Amino acid sequence: MENLGGTCALVAKDFESDQAIKWCPGCGDYVIIKAVQKALADLGLSKEETVFVAGIGCSSRFPYYMDTYGFHTIHGRGAAVATGVKIANPKLSVWLASGDGDSMAIGGNHFIHSIRRNVDMNVILFNNEIYGLTKGQYSPTSKRGIVTKSSPHGTIEDPFSPGELALGSGSNFFARVPDSNIKLLTEVFVASEKHRGLSLVEVLQNCVIFNDKVHEHITSKETRDDNQLILQHGEAMIFGKEKNKGLVLDGLSLKVVTIGENGVSESDILVHDATTENKTLHIMLASMKGPDFPIAMGVIRNVAAPTYDNSLHEQIKSQAGKFSSLDEMFMSGNVFEVK
Amino acid sequence: MNKESVVIKFAGDSGDGMQLAGSLFTDARAMWGNQIATFPDYPSEIRAPAGTVAGISGFQINIGSKGVNSPGDAPDVLVAMNPAALKANIHNLPPACTIITDRDAFTKNSIEKAGFKTDPFEDNSLSDFKVIAAPITSLTKKSLAHLGLDNKSIMRCKNMFTLGILYWLFGEPLDQTLAFFDHKFKKDPTIAEANKIALQTGCNYGENVDAVVSSMTIAPAKKTPGTYRNITGNQATAWGLLAAAEKVGRGLFLGTYPITPATDIFHELTKHKWNGIKIFQAEDEIAGICSAIGASFAGNLAVTTTSGPGMALKTEAIGLAVMTELPLVIVNVQRGGPSTGLPTKTEQSDLQQALYGRNGESPLVVISASTPADCFDWAFEAARIAVEHMTPVILLTESYIANGAEPMKIQKMADLPKIDVPNESDRENWAPYKRDAETLVRKWIEPGTKDFQHRIGGLEGEDVTGNVSYVPENHGKMIKLRADKIKRVADRIPLQRYKGKNADDLLVVGWGGQFGIVLGAVLRLQEEGKNIAFTSFNYIHPLPKNTEEIFSKFKQIVVCELNNGQFANYLRGQFPHIKFKQYNRVEGLPFKIKDLKAKFNELLESK
Repeated sequence: MENLGGTCALVAKDFESDQAIKWCPGCGDYVIIKAVQKALADLGLSKEETVFVAGIGCSSRFPYYMDTYGFHTIHGRGAAVATGVKIANPKLSVWLASGDGDSMAIGGNHFIHSIRRNVDMNVILFNNEIYGLTKGQYSPTSKRGIVTKSSPHGTIEDPFSPGELALGSGSNFFARVPDSNIKLLTEVFVASEKHRGLSLVEVLQNCVIFNDKVHEHITSKETRDDNQLILQHGEAMIFGKEKNKGLVLDGLSLKVVTIGENGVSESDILVHDATTENKTLHIMLASMKGPDFPIAMGVIRNVAAPTYDNSLHEQIKSQAGKFSSLDEMFMSGNVFEVK
Repeated sequence: MNKESVVIKFAGDSGDGMQLAGSLFTDARAMWGNQIATFPDYPSEIRAPAGTVAGISGFQINIGSKGVNSPGDAPDVLVAMNPAALKANIHNLPPACTIITDRDAFTKNSIEKAGFKTDPFEDNSLSDFKVIAAPITSLTKKSLAHLGLDNKSIMRCKNMFTLGILYWLFGEPLDQTLAFFDHKFKKDPTIAEANKIALQTGCNYGENVDAVVSSMTIAPAKKTPGTYRNITGNQATAWGLLAAAEKVGRGLFLGTYPITPATDIFHELTKHKWNGIKIFQAEDEIAGICSAIGASFAGNLAVTTTSGPGMALKTEAIGLAVMTELPLVIVNVQRGGPSTGLPTKTEQSDLQQALYGRNGESPLVVISASTPADCFDWAFEAARIAVEHMTPVILLTESYIANGAEPMKIQKMADLPKIDVPNESDRENWAPYKRDAETLVRKWIEPGTKDFQHRIGGLEGEDVTGNVSYVPENHGKMIKLRADKIKRVADRIPLQRYKGKNADDLLVVGWGGQFGIVLGAVLRLQEEGKNIAFTSFNYIHPLPKNTEEIFSKFKQIVVCELNNGQFANYLRGQFPHIKFKQYNRVEGLPFKIKDLKAKFNELLESK
């Protein structure tokens, strides 16, 4: 688009790089990248002040396909590289594309610590519950018992729940979205960029080759309304094809109820507060599993907190003026003249 | 007695304050204008069991008017605060060594605990030495009794009583140290007073027992005029990085993780946030370097500091910096290895790790520092090469010079060389991996620069564009370009020099932080008229261009290093037709001048 004097707003397509995308046909990543490009345009971000960092894995090829600054790093270390980028230049909008192997296994340490520190960046966790690039081994988010190339007799370990891990690590922004819902994806990416601090978006992403339809029971047209609770801040936690199911607290647990049955009315249903500091309910929502519960989608937690990068630069400012120059500092303290 | 140089060693339990006593004495002597070299020697346990040899911490100082190139082989004066401290050092004492010790500390129990079979004062084992057996504990107690302090606080002043004896021995004025106490214990004047009394009383004690040892004086050293300060290698490294960052003008970033003996660089830099340095204490060594690589991509002069085990963890990330051709300074303060090894001891055994310790063909620049003070210059040089040549640079220092101190002539920022940043503003003529024809260096573009958006990564990239490429010929070409780029660094470094007029018999080759000791040995032999020369390498990869030319002048070459021959083997690979002999020690300690002299004499006589 030609700039005719004024500021020319970018559209989603402007964020596409000249490199041909090499994900498998039908891969969930195609929807995610479209949603990201749309979100960047909606946010009015510039190409030059946006940086995409990635580790290793199918999803980590993401930066090559974005016409922004980009850095495809090494396995699991994207969060650490992105932290350096953000600290070095806090004006940049920093995004990290990472898979369940990249963030939950080899990069687990960087994942939890970057959340704990609350570095201002957007982490997109592509969770397909499988290792795709190495061709089909189970991942730390694969369900117990799954048969894969590296587990021909079924796995004998339980998966991480990324949401619980993140909230346990002190996450101030956690959202979950299926790769099938581009509208919600875009909305959530916009919210994540607006949040100051580390925003984690877990995308339930489908690997068509090695783990096809792993999220099908949540995402298929027939079942999604009953199996997804799309949370909106300030709105009641209602779901279901008939929009007549909801969540209430029953003692210390959540319970699914039907509006109009057993004297339950809409006013009994919990209202979602993403901004409350108390994370108890957020953890309960993030850990809901089928078949008894719907899977919570949308922004589960969005709490304001000091960011690492901002605090670091504030601290630097607070020290200004201790010396006027390096020359002065070199000459301070115990020095002596030799004539 | 007037001496050119004296070696003093302070030894005591880790909690006895020996490092402090040693530092205070060093500072006082430096002000007096002596040449100084120090060597702290401490156990890795913070407080090993008191009174045992394992728990002994030491601080060795060599002070003199000339020829101080190292902390010295063996002490002329040993301060031993208890039997264990004496036991730990007695095997390394030359005859006529003066021992200052606390007679009160030699109880039956403590003598046994230290591993002596009988009381050394009674079995004649100290007869070779001049002993000042002062009742340090009881005199310190008596002199401080009126202050109303608890016993623990009183016992903490024993080191100052002892230091007082030493001040008397060397005719040292007390003023500077007394003032130091006022400053250090500003908030607790009673403690300041206690330390001052202890120092003064110790000094008086020395005077009162004058009959035992004649006092020693050392004339001030002759130095280039200028302003000096005492500095450790780690502090000098930190300052060199600060200076380089100012020349680069893009901000300094340190991503690091604490590790002995490198952490003091980190500690020092945290004091200088006023200068705008961004410091990130990472969750591990890997995040330390990866955050630095991110900061380098974002345009900062980025640094990571570590020691051997940390280097091992950073290996994969160093490869990423090689592949993406980003500037990065990696400081490895070497310690004893392998594995956890000897964390607090010195070694030069990470050289081959620095040169080759990565997957794939992964060339980078390796340089080393020689002395505590020149860590400033080599840290600056590491940053200059990293930025001007768009490459990771490994700077090898070692525990010995990192913790050792010497006077450093303070340089003015205006006198330091400029650093040329490979900028680009011409969008049409730019591509991410387009190179300077002469140096093969690509440009360093900061994110935020409009219209220069680009992607880099660890996958092989196409020549010029940097786009991912699996084309065989391209990979071959990129391998060669990356190697040639590093080779061409040799075009912009000084030529190697050697010391030894008209010598053609034996060339002694060293590298890194053993410089001072090896030089000391060679100088002594040269004074004796021996046909011997010395060259010490700071540029390891690439080597200075005249290296072969120097080697070819000599009949014999011996490479001295604190490992099993890593530099010697590297040189053999570069110059297969030249014969390199070796002298190696790997005991966690620096070389000793007398051992080197013996080796060199043997080689000179064997021809």
